Amino acid sequence: MSEANWLTKFPEMERSDLLVIRKGLDGAYKEFSRSYGEIIEGLFDPLLRFLVWFEKLLVTSPWWIIIAVICSIVYSATRSVKLTIGVLIAFVLIGYFGMWENTMRTMSIIFVCTMLSIAIGIPVGILMSRSNRMQSIVTPILDIMQTMPAFVYLIPVVMLLGIGKVPGVIAVVIYAIPPVIRLTNLGIRLVDKEVLEAATAYGANSTQRLLGVQLPLALPTIMAGINQTIMMALAMVVIASMIGVKGLGQPVLKSITNQYFTLGLFNGLAIVALAIVFDRVSQAYGKRTQKHMERAH
Amino acid sequence: MTVPLISIQGLYKVFGTKPKTVMPMVKDGMPKDDILAKTGHTVGLKDINLDINKGQIYVIMGLSGSGKSTLIRHLNRLIEPTEGKIIVDGEDVMELGQKGLEQFRRNRMSMVFQRFGLMPHRTVIENIAYGLTVQGMNKVDRAAKAGEWLEIVGLSGYENQYPSQLSGGQQQRVGLARALCTDADILLMDEAFSALDPLIRSEMQDQLIELQEKLHKTIVFITHDLDEALRLGDRIAILKDGELVQEGAPADILLHPATAYVEAFVKDVNRARALTVETVMKPPAHRITTGTIAEALQQMKTFSKDYGYYCTDDGYQGFLLQTTLEEAAKKDGDKAIEQGLFEDLPHISPDTVLEEIIPESMEANYPLPVVDEDGDLQGNLPRSSLAEVLTN
Ligand SMILES: Nc1ncnc2c1ncn2[C@@H]1O[C@H](COP(=O)(O)OP(=O)(O)OP(=O)(O)O)[C@@H](O)[C@H]1O
Ligand SMILES: [Mg+2]
Repeated sequence: MSEANWLTKFPEMERSDLLVIRKGLDGAYKEFSRSYGEIIEGLFDPLLRFLVWFEKLLVTSPWWIIIAVICSIVYSATRSVKLTIGVLIAFVLIGYFGMWENTMRTMSIIFVCTMLSIAIGIPVGILMSRSNRMQSIVTPILDIMQTMPAFVYLIPVVMLLGIGKVPGVIAVVIYAIPPVIRLTNLGIRLVDKEVLEAATAYGANSTQRLLGVQLPLALPTIMAGINQTIMMALAMVVIASMIGVKGLGQPVLKSITNQYFTLGLFNGLAIVALAIVFDRVSQAYGKRTQKHMERAH
Repeated sequence: MTVPLISIQGLYKVFGTKPKTVMPMVKDGMPKDDILAKTGHTVGLKDINLDINKGQIYVIMGLSGSGKSTLIRHLNRLIEPTEGKIIVDGEDVMELGQKGLEQFRRNRMSMVFQRFGLMPHRTVIENIAYGLTVQGMNKVDRAAKAGEWLEIVGLSGYENQYPSQLSGGQQQRVGLARALCTDADILLMDEAFSALDPLIRSEMQDQLIELQEKLHKTIVFITHDLDEALRLGDRIAILKDGELVQEGAPADILLHPATAYVEAFVKDVNRARALTVETVMKPPAHRITTGTIAEALQQMKTFSKDYGYYCTDDGYQGFLLQTTLEEAAKKDGDKAIEQGLFEDLPHISPDTVLEEIIPESMEANYPLPVVDEDGDLQGNLPRSSLAEVLTN
């Protein structure tokens, strides 16, 4: 190549060098997954077993028991008859249109993913709120997790763990966890300084401050984060179905490849219905627990 | 001299990233603003030394930004000092480890905050019991004790309300009850009444005074309101830009302001309402202690006045005039002094505020005798001293 070329053409790296990098990284990762894949898979074994058991429980239980359980949870959480009836109608329609089983599968995976996200996200959020340094390390990681196309991190997960439920759960959690972490951190940082100071002044130690003041006062914000996490997990259902997660995502995927518009629409609507149910219920619950925080007059 | 309960010694606080490096400049006496401009550090407190005695209400005063909150937060180490010592009951608070500090905060000091600092997610009774919860007391005992304080501050019936359902005054009563509930002997109050409107505020002051008469706590009270300081304080310290400019009894500060800053502070105070007789009276003089009329006349001559205050072992008896005595001596100089010879001159008590005795003092032609509860003569109040204090 001549020297002046860089003016018209970007001075790229030699193709052969690029190839070396790619081959090197791919090879190293393949090597890693070959030697550690099984051990790591073993670590996730309890999770897999729980997933299978829970899915089976939802799918095999009689539909009316499931609906009764869901409606009673909704009612006890929100104390709203209207919302409970709405949920009842949504599930009856889903079942009537033949999507019961897939909906149960999706619900089971969403439930597990949400629980995992909360279990990991809240502690991470707490750590982040404790030091600015931690915050400045975690924030860019969260940015990457949220903006990196899901397909990109599906590749290493699948390479490592193959196709199935566990990689699906991991992919969903990676995508859905940032809001819980961010909002836990934010919620704790926004706690009234004077209230926290009062706790300290009365001799509260850091655990007492966390459990007695910071978390309860941050709860509305954390709830908003959990709500967003559930929504994002639902949005991942279709993508997760590409790596073998059964549920409402699979028919949608099938209808894309086969151009079945109605099938896609119905299953899409079922996902929307689930989203609305989860959203309204978690918000109504959050509001109900925070009633006393509003000024009464 | 009594040993002070709290002693602050050479306390410095510099806010910023590297406070230690700025300390030499602070000690060289560079002004606060220059240090801020040059190094980006704020001098919060500069060489504070003061002693607080047990059972006092100690008021710390100063304008906004003068370092009052910073100072009071050092006492329970909500803020760590850059340099200096804080001794409470012989124990250096700075030496305490984390656990020791927590115990110290639980048992020795409690705090009342300007914006109340109540926990919005806990009910009134749970808020009052907060200190006990932290200490790990069981629920039943906690509720019983908090219930007592709830009643004392006059909030019975509100136990299950949330703070947001209460008015500001009520919320601060909760704050006060929470502070008293732990039985800590030191009470820190950071502008505790500043957020309340005047009427409620004066009610709260009354309540605090009333409680203090029973409880004899040591109270460190912060305010930027001189009237409040004079009303509550046994002693007053005045801060300016992080430095202690004057410290003393309220009357001292009113009557002898140390600097122009303090003078500006005290200028608008209604002295007649702020000062008591005690602070302006003259020491007892012109006392007549002898038994007979002739001896009394003799004694009166020694202090060259035409009047005297007759006192016996039982205390102050009455006011005598030379002319009356001379009249009586003409009849019988060896007669003992008796009721009928006394002039009709009112006596006043040392803790009355000046405002209340102005009429009596103005009507009287002689300095009014000041007589305490036990009936002893403590001094006298000439009209001229009163006028002098009230006019400048
Ligand atoms: N955390 C902090 N970081 C930096 N500077 C601070 C900090 N806290 C207080 N300061 C500074 O210290 C000085 C004293 O503040 P402080 O809050 O003690 O004043 P104050 O007398 O309580 O005022 P106010 O009447 O407004 O409450 C101020 O100049 C303030 O800017
Ligand atoms: Mg302040």
